[in-house]
Amino acid sequence: MADKKLRLAVLMAGACGGCDMAIVDISETLVDVLPSLEVVFWAPTVADVKYKDLEAMPDKSIDVGLISGMIRLDEHEHMCKVMRAKCNVIVAYGACAAMGGIPGMANMHTKEEIFQTAYFDTFSTDNPEGVTPQPSYLLDGKYDLTLPTFYPYVRPIQSVIDVDFFLGGCPPHHSVVLNALVAILKGELPPKGSWITNGKAVCDVCVRNPRNTDEKREMVKEVRRTIDGDPDENKCLLQQGYMCLGPITQGDCGALCPKVNIPCAGCGGPIPGVKDFGLRAVSAIASLMDNEDLVNQIPSPVKLFYRYSLPSSMLGKKVKKV
Amino acid sequence: MSEWTPNLIVFACNWCTYQGADLAGSLRYDYPSNIKIIRVPCSGRVEPEFVVEAFKRGADGVFIGGCHPGDCHYKEGNYKAIRRFDLLKRILLDMGIETERFQLEWISGSEGKRFAEAMTTFEKNVRELGPCRVKEGV
Repeated sequence: MADKKLRLAVLMAGACGGCDMAIVDISETLVDVLPSLEVVFWAPTVADVKYKDLEAMPDKSIDVGLISGMIRLDEHEHMCKVMRAKCNVIVAYGACAAMGGIPGMANMHTKEEIFQTAYFDTFSTDNPEGVTPQPSYLLDGKYDLTLPTFYPYVRPIQSVIDVDFFLGGCPPHHSVVLNALVAILKGELPPKGSWITNGKAVCDVCVRNPRNTDEKREMVKEVRRTIDGDPDENKCLLQQGYMCLGPITQGDCGALCPKVNIPCAGCGGPIPGVKDFGLRAVSAIASLMDNEDLVNQIPSPVKLFYRYSLPSSMLGKKVKKV
Repeated sequence: MSEWTPNLIVFACNWCTYQGADLAGSLRYDYPSNIKIIRVPCSGRVEPEFVVEAFKRGADGVFIGGCHPGDCHYKEGNYKAIRRFDLLKRILLDMGIETERFQLEWISGSEGKRFAEAMTTFEKNVRELGPCRVKEGV
């Protein structure tokens, strides 16, 4: 490890906070790493520093910046650009930052539709004057109030700034975070623009894989949803008809979800060599099906296959009718 | 500006549809000149990524031609193709791309006439829909 402390910044863009929790979850081991880390910025969640403090720091003065969350507001875009200017290495940290994540499914709807539901249609909404968030408002003729602008679509952070490394997971498993931090501390990093990953698929590390249990792999005979009864705890989930995305997802998590009877949803990001997660999932899953009818039984394919990756997919959003 | 003509991509399987296209030429059947044929070893080789890439790069329609069921040179490539096609079609529909823009048909090496007819119908359908808006980007 280097003699001087590694200066670390953590920014939460459009995220839920789970990724920040994953860093805290390193717990005891974090204490081992902490002496070599100096957290200069961790907002808005952990440290009491403001955006203007980061803006005031000299350019390239921070060694590593972790950004979690996607770009939904102009505030997110602005802060990502500030982070890029201040940090030498930027890591897109977690599924949202790298691929758009769960909030990315909003790209199936326009901003107007989202506002309509959120501010008018929901059962608990009481909005007789029809007020929606405005970027600026003059209160009492003298107080100039502002809110960040809501962008029409969700974008992953690499569409706004240059990203050096990607880290998958929703949130990333704390061991993955620790490995990445140690790799950064030691300077043992993959080429720029790649994922910090072991390069294996979830199936590769999954104990249910027929290859690991010496069973013969067969075609999928039925399509089942997780609400349709309990899966056999020892058999491959795909083999039983549950739409598990293990074949195309990075297995840095150690197949945590399949271990507890939950099909992989693809938060780890695509395995190396895959350009578009959802389309490769279509390719893999469809080829495993026993007959054509089964394919039509798969519920809501876009939201199933693009659960974490719609904004970073080749199409990116729903094409609007003219 | 001249009148808009659809930009059409045809993925033709080497063993059937490509031969069908060849035969259509030898027999001098007319079919639209604005189709671009890409020869692939098998319809099962056409990844969904290829199709979306074609749309992204400006295709207004994508057509996949393969061997009739049972005739696949690789035994079951076309069965894989139809499963992928059905699923991808649902995805494209949900993403706002009309299903007429994306077609799969079985055309054998002896069906030159059928190839010409399929291309004519496909071109007509896409022309009626107008330009595909995917290429305009996010």
